[in-house]
Amino acid sequence: MNPNAAVTSENLAFSYQERRALDGVSFSVSPGSFFGVLGPNGGGKTTLFRILATLVSGFEGRAQILGHDLASERHAIRENLGVVFQAPSVDPKLTVLENLHLHGHLYGRTGNDLRDASTRALERLGIADRAGQLVEKLSGGLKRRVELAKCLLSQPRVLILDEPSTGLDPGGRRDLWEHLDSLRAEEGVTVLVTTHLMEEAERCDDLIILDEGRVVAAGSPVTLRSAIGGDVVTIRSPEPETLATRITDELGESPVLVDGSLRIEQPNGHVLVKRLMETFQDKIDGISLAKPTLEDVFIRETGHRFWNAS
Amino acid sequence: MQAEQTTTQAVEVTVDRDTTTATARWSAVFALAKRELVRFVRQRNRVFGALVQPLIFWGLFGVGLSASFQPLGADSPLAYVEYFFPGTVVLIVLFTAIFATISIIEDRNEGLLQSVLVAPIPASSIVYGKLLGTTVLAVGQGALIFVLAPLAGFELSLIGTFAAFFLLIVIAFALSGLGFAIAWRMDSTQGFHAIMMAFLMPMWFLSGAFFPPDGMPTPMRILMQINPLTYALAALRQLLYLDRPEVLGDIPGLGLSLVVTLLFAASMTWLATAVTARSRYVS
Repeated sequence: MNPNAAVTSENLAFSYQERRALDGVSFSVSPGSFFGVLGPNGGGKTTLFRILATLVSGFEGRAQILGHDLASERHAIRENLGVVFQAPSVDPKLTVLENLHLHGHLYGRTGNDLRDASTRALERLGIADRAGQLVEKLSGGLKRRVELAKCLLSQPRVLILDEPSTGLDPGGRRDLWEHLDSLRAEEGVTVLVTTHLMEEAERCDDLIILDEGRVVAAGSPVTLRSAIGGDVVTIRSPEPETLATRITDELGESPVLVDGSLRIEQPNGHVLVKRLMETFQDKIDGISLAKPTLEDVFIRETGHRFWNAS
Repeated sequence: MQAEQTTTQAVEVTVDRDTTTATARWSAVFALAKRELVRFVRQRNRVFGALVQPLIFWGLFGVGLSASFQPLGADSPLAYVEYFFPGTVVLIVLFTAIFATISIIEDRNEGLLQSVLVAPIPASSIVYGKLLGTTVLAVGQGALIFVLAPLAGFELSLIGTFAAFFLLIVIAFALSGLGFAIAWRMDSTQGFHAIMMAFLMPMWFLSGAFFPPDGMPTPMRILMQINPLTYALAALRQLLYLDRPEVLGDIPGLGLSLVVTLLFAASMTWLATAVTARSRYVS
């Protein structure tokens, strides 16, 4: 294990009765970086998140946060860990400020120190004017901001978030990511976030892609995409199997059938598109040419589309 | 010497050392307890559930059964409505404990409990916070109906009623500890309701709150004898009638009752802490 990493995991595995939720997951997160865990629902993200949040015992393999072991040194981890759950962990019957104070008390902060820190946290997240409002009256986006304000109070060195965009509109998402970026830049917090959204994964420094409890790809978004040769050509056809055979025979390319469409990875996609259209015009309903995305990485590694996977 | 040092390093085991200071622990406990009180005040319907409901029971059963039922014999000066009074107080405590601990279940799925679980505080702080908040609510409501006793014409011992407040604290700790331990591993509030009807309510029925054990079939008398709540009720009755215990008939003595009630509270608090320490999980 890398002793300098903020978070490390080595052959982490966990089963719920029959189902293997995590199956040998290893990764390492550099301090101060923004790390993404991308995967479809049911891919193992939430299980991994719960283990890192100190809420699962009886897992196999090893995991450490800031050099502390997750199986035996949970208290030391909890002192330095900020956790944002998918469902907001706030008391809707308390006001924003009451929620913050309660959270501060859980982390041993009291008196004037806590009051000042709460005021600063609220100002920093732009919700100072909401301090006296009951949390149940707030929108999803504002509830997330309350949670981030809570995290500021406990001054975590590592912040983990489980699908933090859940229930947020596009404005709320942008807002959340800006705050996360500034947290990292100004406090040097290491951020680990699980997501099923490609555009969120694109914003991470490094990421792993989880499917069926395994890491199917790991690296920076740029590295992962560049592993795919150049362009991705996707062809819709009424008879995809026949067309695939003919493309292989006549053009020497090897298309892959994914959910009824044919995919070909090609350095010079536009040339291939031209040839395809000239040769098989009557067999093609539609054709598209695109730069590879992280979804293409996922498809390449798993053989199925992201959204149909579960 | 050299070799010895190497060995020491090799067997060094990391321990999950809880470095929380006592001050931090208690500030977490009080903050969690305060939260219970604030929530209660902001959810008015809970006042109805925990206080008004037992009072309605008391009115309906007390008045309704007084005509035909003399629980302590025809010579006893206590009418049924008065016999049932201490039982009503304990029912208020029981309902308050149930309503307060049932929230653990919803709180775990998508509420504040999630972040309490990952906070650097020991399991005991989580438990004490809940039990303390619940106890204040339960004793507060129980005390409120003590005021009704003179209005209803009951002649209770003044010193005894004062002492009964302290006893109520112990009973509230016991019952909320029990509720906590049951709720901790439950994943649905429906499940908790089932336990409440099949276990907690019968426990109250068989505590001498509703009827005395005299003349009951032997199995029922045995159940009442092993029910710790029987002793809580007996202690409460004896404090309220401290100056004329002869009106109470044949019930367990005050000393034994107090000891059993204290042990009940201590063991339920321990149980709640043990289940919490054993698994801190979200669902």
